[in-house]
Amino acid sequence: MKMTETILLDHGSGGRASQELIKNIFLPQLTNPVLACLEDSAIVDTPAGQLAFTTDSYVVDPIFFPGGDIGELAINGTINDLAMRGAKPICLSLGLILEEGFALDDLKRVILSIQGACRKADVPVVTGDTKVVPKGKGDKIFINTSGIGLVDPGIQISGKNARPGDAIILSGSMGDHGITILSQRAGISLQGNLRSDTMALHRLVQQMLAAAPGAVHTLRDPTRGGVATSLNEIAEAAQVAIELDETAIPVKPEVAAACEILGMDPLYLANEGKCLALVAPEHAGRLLELMRSLPEGADAAVIGRVSEGPAGRVLLKTAAGGTRIVSSLTGEPLPRIC
Amino acid sequence: MKYVSEYRDKKFIDPLVDELRRTIDRPLRIMEVCGTHTMAIFRHGLRSLMPEGLELISGPGCPVCVTSSAQIDGFIDVASRDGVRVAIFGDLYRVPGSHGSLARAQSQGAQVEVVYSPIDALTLAEKNPQQMTVFLSVGFETTIPLVAATILEAERRQVDNFTVFSTHKIMPPALSALLGDPELRLDGLLCPGHVSTIIGAAAYEPLAANYHLSCVVAGFEPVDVLQALIILARQAREGRAEVENAYGRAVDWQGNLRAQKLMHDVFEPVDCQWRGLGTIPASGMAIREKFSRFDAEKRFDIRLTETPEPKGCLCGLILKGRKNPADCPLFGGRCTPLNPVGPCMVSSEGTCAAHYRYGRT
Repeated sequence: MKMTETILLDHGSGGRASQELIKNIFLPQLTNPVLACLEDSAIVDTPAGQLAFTTDSYVVDPIFFPGGDIGELAINGTINDLAMRGAKPICLSLGLILEEGFALDDLKRVILSIQGACRKADVPVVTGDTKVVPKGKGDKIFINTSGIGLVDPGIQISGKNARPGDAIILSGSMGDHGITILSQRAGISLQGNLRSDTMALHRLVQQMLAAAPGAVHTLRDPTRGGVATSLNEIAEAAQVAIELDETAIPVKPEVAAACEILGMDPLYLANEGKCLALVAPEHAGRLLELMRSLPEGADAAVIGRVSEGPAGRVLLKTAAGGTRIVSSLTGEPLPRIC
Repeated sequence: MKYVSEYRDKKFIDPLVDELRRTIDRPLRIMEVCGTHTMAIFRHGLRSLMPEGLELISGPGCPVCVTSSAQIDGFIDVASRDGVRVAIFGDLYRVPGSHGSLARAQSQGAQVEVVYSPIDALTLAEKNPQQMTVFLSVGFETTIPLVAATILEAERRQVDNFTVFSTHKIMPPALSALLGDPELRLDGLLCPGHVSTIIGAAAYEPLAANYHLSCVVAGFEPVDVLQALIILARQAREGRAEVENAYGRAVDWQGNLRAQKLMHDVFEPVDCQWRGLGTIPASGMAIREKFSRFDAEKRFDIRLTETPEPKGCLCGLILKGRKNPADCPLFGGRCTPLNPVGPCMVSSEGTCAAHYRYGRT
């Protein structure tokens, strides 16, 4: 029987094993002139101006899931954080923390997927690092990515900029990623096609900014805590109220069904390829049309509006015709028991 | 979503709200017994649609909320023993006992796994033969037959490292105890849909007769709840106090006889402590002697002792519908879903959690 090749503590030592990992796995997939220098830090040319800088760590379990994996998520997630400030991503860093015993084939699969995501987004990894922790001290693979992006002059996107009257556009269906992970973790196989929505949104954002400069006030990708939590943060930051229309919020039927079974509210589920755009009402129609013409925003919809009501309050008009408060997520969403 | 969205559609809801308004001819106090009802009423914004004069109060029908501090302490005791892995439903994770919660026990080294079904706990036991897997079981009649089936399955598969810590409770004795309180002044009960699928609508007949109380079994969608409220209002108007079933698509008069048999084959009634309500005769379900090798309390020699409820916490009175969450000095300050003091805040279906999440304006 052939032994499965696995990560050893040596691979994080900085010695020969580390070099082999870089030469055999990382460089062939991720190479570009800056990364290939293998210096202590990357030197990147940028035009003068405002830079956006962000970092995020990825610890998703399971690491492979329908629609994506931890590698793709780590690239798209950080690109999206840059995009949500209106920045054009320039480059990324990639830090890996591997658990001793992690299968080398799985590592290759993750790196290949990172390669795919970088190519698709046209954003390179220019610097990286790998550490290995003893078995049991980590869980397979953790990834940190940081990203640098360039913000064009005149672009000012911020949670603080939402104004009464703004239309709230959601770029597509809600909850796909969160429910996919939860149902995988619960070991529940559901009919239908639950898939993570992991996707880079920088091109969508750039086209929106080009089409209606100044009309896009706030962008936010509703990841952990979902749409409900993101909108509460915006309402708080901008000191405005928000009104949502439940019937207008796109939720795929299979996601809605899985939520019913697991006792989840899709408003609180994580998304990894969606953005909320709060835009001037007179441009909302045109921006919505533009978003729908692009693959990233094919199912975009206006889901509500910003109002002058009590600062920080998010209200939902329910399908049944009632109204209720939508609060931030408190604690992990846990399944119901009866 | 087909067969669900229809029950949430404004075009069916509006006429029902009108009919409810027309039917009510005096102030009514209705208790929704079940936590899932409480949550559904909030989640769909039904409170904002209720006609004036109709007061909905939340009852003791969330199994996590009525689990006593002593029972939680017992769970933590078992979870902290060497060679033990406990399996729980997620809602139990953060429920405070008299010192700490299972979440804290886990941070100190206890092995706590969240499962979606008791049978998953049995699978865990089979996968980890060197450890004892204990299913810490809370639940009403909806859960008990599943646990009974799991114990029978464990016996069939001859799994010796699987036990159940049963704090199961059954609804009718608790409702009787509750309705004996004259200060409650109820006009009707919105009876729990899920529990009723097992025990049947007939189970409420003694309550209707003894306390002259309308009892209507209701489903959990907005249309279901409104239809049941209309029936309750109609009974009040006509001076009737009867059992009616407004959830015919899931509940029948006698209930699920097979599940009832399963439950009684494996479990037997015992006196049981309810948080906020005290000890109620024959309201718990303990594992029968015949299956004692699956009984964690016996295998680990656990003795539950009465422990006082947290100071200032009004959960006891809130569970009885005597106080509202807003009356509690801890609500929203010291007691929030992230740092719950009382059980009504910690379960996602607890009254305080519902008010905290959906009710504050």
